[in-house]
Amino acid sequence: MSEIPDDLRYTATHEWARDEGDGIAAVGITDHAQELLGDLVFVELPEPGTDVAAGGECGVVESVKAASDVYSPLDGEVVEVNEALADSPEGINEAPYENWIFKVKMADPAQLEALLDAAAYAEAVEAEEH
Amino acid sequence: MLIFQHSRPGRRARAQAPKEKAGLDAIPEQFLRRSRPRLPEVSELQAVRHYTRLSQKNFSIDTQFYPLGSCTMKYNPRGANRLAMLPGFLARHPLAPESHSQGFLSAMHELQEILAKVTGMAAVSLAPMAGAQGEFAGVAMIRAYHQARGDGGRTEILVPDAAHGTNPASAVMCGYRVREIPTLAEGDVDLEALRRALGPQTAGIMLTNPSTLGVFERHIATIAEMVHEAGGLLYYDGANLNAILGRVRPGDMGFDVIHVNLHKTFSTPHGGGGPGAGPVGVGERLAPYLPVPLVDFDGHDYRLLTEKERPESIGRLSAFAGNAGVLLRAYVYAKMLGAEGMRRVADYSTLNANYLMKRLRAAGFTPAYPSRRATHEFIITLKQEAKELGVNAMDFAKRLLDLGMHAPTTYFPLLVPECFLIEPTETEAKETLDAFVEAMVRIREEAREAPEKVKGAPWTLPVRRLDDVRAAREPDLKWEPPA
Amino acid sequence: MPFIPHTEEELRQMLETIGVAAIDDLFDEIPAALRARSLEGIGPGLSEMEISRLMQEKARQDGQPLCFIGAGAYDHHVPAAVWEIATRGEFYTAYTPYQAEASQGTLQLLYEYQTMMAELMAMEVSNASLYDGASALAEAVLMAVRANRGSKSKRVLIPRSVHPAYRATVRTIVRNQGIELEELPYDAGSGHTDLEALEGHAGEDFAALIVPQPNFFGVLEPADPMAEVAAANGWLTIALVNPLAMALLKPPGEWGGAGADIACGDGQPLGAPLSSGGPYFGFLCTRQKLVRQMPGRLVGRTRDLEGREGFTLTLQAREQHIRRSKATSNICTNQGLMVTAATLHMALLGAEGLARTAAACHANLGRLVEKLTALEGIEPRFAGPAFHESVLKLPMEVAGVLRTLAAHNILGGYDLQRDYPELENCLLVCATESRTDEDLEKYAVNLERVLASRRQGACATMVRFDL
Repeated sequence: MSEIPDDLRYTATHEWARDEGDGIAAVGITDHAQELLGDLVFVELPEPGTDVAAGGECGVVESVKAASDVYSPLDGEVVEVNEALADSPEGINEAPYENWIFKVKMADPAQLEALLDAAAYAEAVEAEEH
Repeated sequence: MLIFQHSRPGRRARAQAPKEKAGLDAIPEQFLRRSRPRLPEVSELQAVRHYTRLSQKNFSIDTQFYPLGSCTMKYNPRGANRLAMLPGFLARHPLAPESHSQGFLSAMHELQEILAKVTGMAAVSLAPMAGAQGEFAGVAMIRAYHQARGDGGRTEILVPDAAHGTNPASAVMCGYRVREIPTLAEGDVDLEALRRALGPQTAGIMLTNPSTLGVFERHIATIAEMVHEAGGLLYYDGANLNAILGRVRPGDMGFDVIHVNLHKTFSTPHGGGGPGAGPVGVGERLAPYLPVPLVDFDGHDYRLLTEKERPESIGRLSAFAGNAGVLLRAYVYAKMLGAEGMRRVADYSTLNANYLMKRLRAAGFTPAYPSRRATHEFIITLKQEAKELGVNAMDFAKRLLDLGMHAPTTYFPLLVPECFLIEPTETEAKETLDAFVEAMVRIREEAREAPEKVKGAPWTLPVRRLDDVRAAREPDLKWEPPA
Repeated sequence: MPFIPHTEEELRQMLETIGVAAIDDLFDEIPAALRARSLEGIGPGLSEMEISRLMQEKARQDGQPLCFIGAGAYDHHVPAAVWEIATRGEFYTAYTPYQAEASQGTLQLLYEYQTMMAELMAMEVSNASLYDGASALAEAVLMAVRANRGSKSKRVLIPRSVHPAYRATVRTIVRNQGIELEELPYDAGSGHTDLEALEGHAGEDFAALIVPQPNFFGVLEPADPMAEVAAANGWLTIALVNPLAMALLKPPGEWGGAGADIACGDGQPLGAPLSSGGPYFGFLCTRQKLVRQMPGRLVGRTRDLEGREGFTLTLQAREQHIRRSKATSNICTNQGLMVTAATLHMALLGAEGLARTAAACHANLGRLVEKLTALEGIEPRFAGPAFHESVLKLPMEVAGVLRTLAAHNILGGYDLQRDYPELENCLLVCATESRTDEDLEKYAVNLERVLASRRQGACATMVRFDL
């Protein structure tokens, strides 16, 4: 069973979001997502300064045999990307909740609260496996 | 050892280059190369031995059973190779005038005709250099057709979820959006979902029949009617034509445009991954848009038609006239088969697949579509073996290599978990199929008794399993001499 | 039944195992209405002896004329070992190396090929090949539009001195993605791209500039200043080059200080026979940092479980079988067999052999031009330096001259007026290393006769008119 920390918010497409204060949220992919993909070999980061819409494509994570789009859980502007992932994508496999992919300046911070909580995401994962 | 490691400064295969070293006085200094490229410096024997030994590290049809699903790895007749490499054909310049091209063009014209007849299409262009390029050409013709009618609102191509990856990729290259259509449990397209997806935005649908699931799409006539009614066209991906050659013609199924993979159905070599050839065929209404050049015959002379004579064509796909040498091989093969031989391709490839499926089933393996006939290929799922024995489809595949057989296609189509897509082809003998069943049974036994033997396979090849993650994380794509 | 091994007895056993009475029953899921009627018009099968006879006749029918046409396909000597080995069954009848452990031969060869091609181009990375030069140029254009993040346009500058069939192919392939090709004129005197016209586009937004070397006229382009203009304006440089010429000429990786961003072209001069235009292969090289935007297969070197060196397909997440509609291209295979030949060809010739071949081509062209321009009324059309083909201006229409020469079994070159109406009476001629002095002499003598007889013919007509 994959790890799903209680203090984060989630999407059904397996992203997590964390409130970083100042209207900024960090976004990454969940433990479950990295397990499905296997060893990551590349992370395509979005360009800082891009406007994103919730549900819009915002980066790609690649393993040897698969590639998956990362969707922004929130409306806003990409303000920072995790450059360290360019050289060590395996960081996401090792610590998916520490290695955020990008940070969004939220257009509407209320959106964050509306995302899935840990229990709801756990249910979604459960449902997908059956 | 790499060829570069056989290299010694000053060594050469001297017979292979001009004896004299000509000067370059006419070329000003700023255009010239300053340092030599680091190519190997080896003798002729060293090169011959090195590459002969490399060849021996390959599995191939000539040396192993190669039941790679969807790839039609059947015997590639040696006669086709020899005749395509007659000195006259090899030496013919692509821009040679018609006066020096009648022999070559007559063969190409007849090949166009043969392909049109066997697929039930009105006209054929031999221009596409591969299946994927044929797909591109086909979808581009669909687009040209809609545009010529001022029907510019059609922006979407439908593709079944089990389709080859090239289908959606080709549609996107032609500027279309792709919408996936789900497949039902027995392998047919979900007609209800199709009905919902069709509309004024539908440009067409791309289908493979038999599908990539190894079964014949039984509702093809209904699908054709529905798509045509919505104003869309039907594209036939010829990847699986071997299954129905001479038995069913895509044109009769209602398809408007098709491509044929000559390296599959017409037995031209796969060459370690190409060259292929992907001629396209069309019904009357798409004929004006066929890619050029086309070979025309006026009853007297053969000639190539270009953009000038075919102004509505989608255009050219290559500098000259496609992969002519591949087309010659396909021509020889088609002539050797004749009408009866073509039908036997479908008959015996289907016989072999159904026999192998039946025997594997009897041996306890699980067909993905047990209620269906196999076509020229079929799928088994090793889900149960994976669960009970902890040995997955990849492990079975690698162990088969140890047993001297190329593995079937694994993990495609993605819809079926732990799958093998198995295509024995018509040129394999019964005892080879029997040996494959025995190998599968043996691997399952090993998985029970000594699973590490299977999970660690292969053991007998030049390398054990390779570290793909390392290859992708730290790409080493070019050799550098040690510092 | 050609190529089918089943005996009657085996057929019976197999049907029995399946549980059907006849092969026909295996097709019972196919609606009866769809089953094919006879394949009328496709004749009976031929034996190998019969088809051999037929093919030999067809090949003989086309003769083996003395060829001075280049225009993108060149008649070079190919060492015998190249095709002897390339057509070994283990190369000829293998498929794409999906099972890496059972395909180390093909994979290692492709890795060696990638290294050789990158060396020849002085670029960092090569892919495992594309279909041909023209489609490789189209893929390079698509790649440049993807890769140039600084450019908002989907416009690419393409000189008119690029092979007309290449330009046509690029148009076919990129048109539906809304990419615009802006043509650049060539300088009427030198035959290379008009630098002033190029500089006139400074400040405009383009994704890339294409630089052919040599260009379609055989003329050398000012590649350095062109690449510099591109770099200064944020355009990527796409080099379109003859790989054999790169044994002598400055390679794309060294152009204009920073080098070209993408180098592509047709690999035919490296071991592929003329063969009516194909199969050849396209090559494409680029910088390491653009590798994920590259189309086509790539082979990487890695280690196996025991730490031994091995080779595998890599960075496959760019490709259609994984990315589907978001792939960098729909390309599936490469031109494996042609690349097998090219790798052998480069290994056998080496840098010295390729340089000698290229220099011999250049020298032969010089001799040919000298002989032909010594004839009355023939002059070189362009002043710039050329590689192994060149444009001559004849004193009369080219098409008729070529027809008459062909009747004497000489293919005299390429009539440029077909694609460049302004190049009236202009002929593109080519001489590779495989043309001997006698061949050149034969061409000159015949051309002189043809010109003379046609002049007389023309005079005769005029005389008749005068009457």
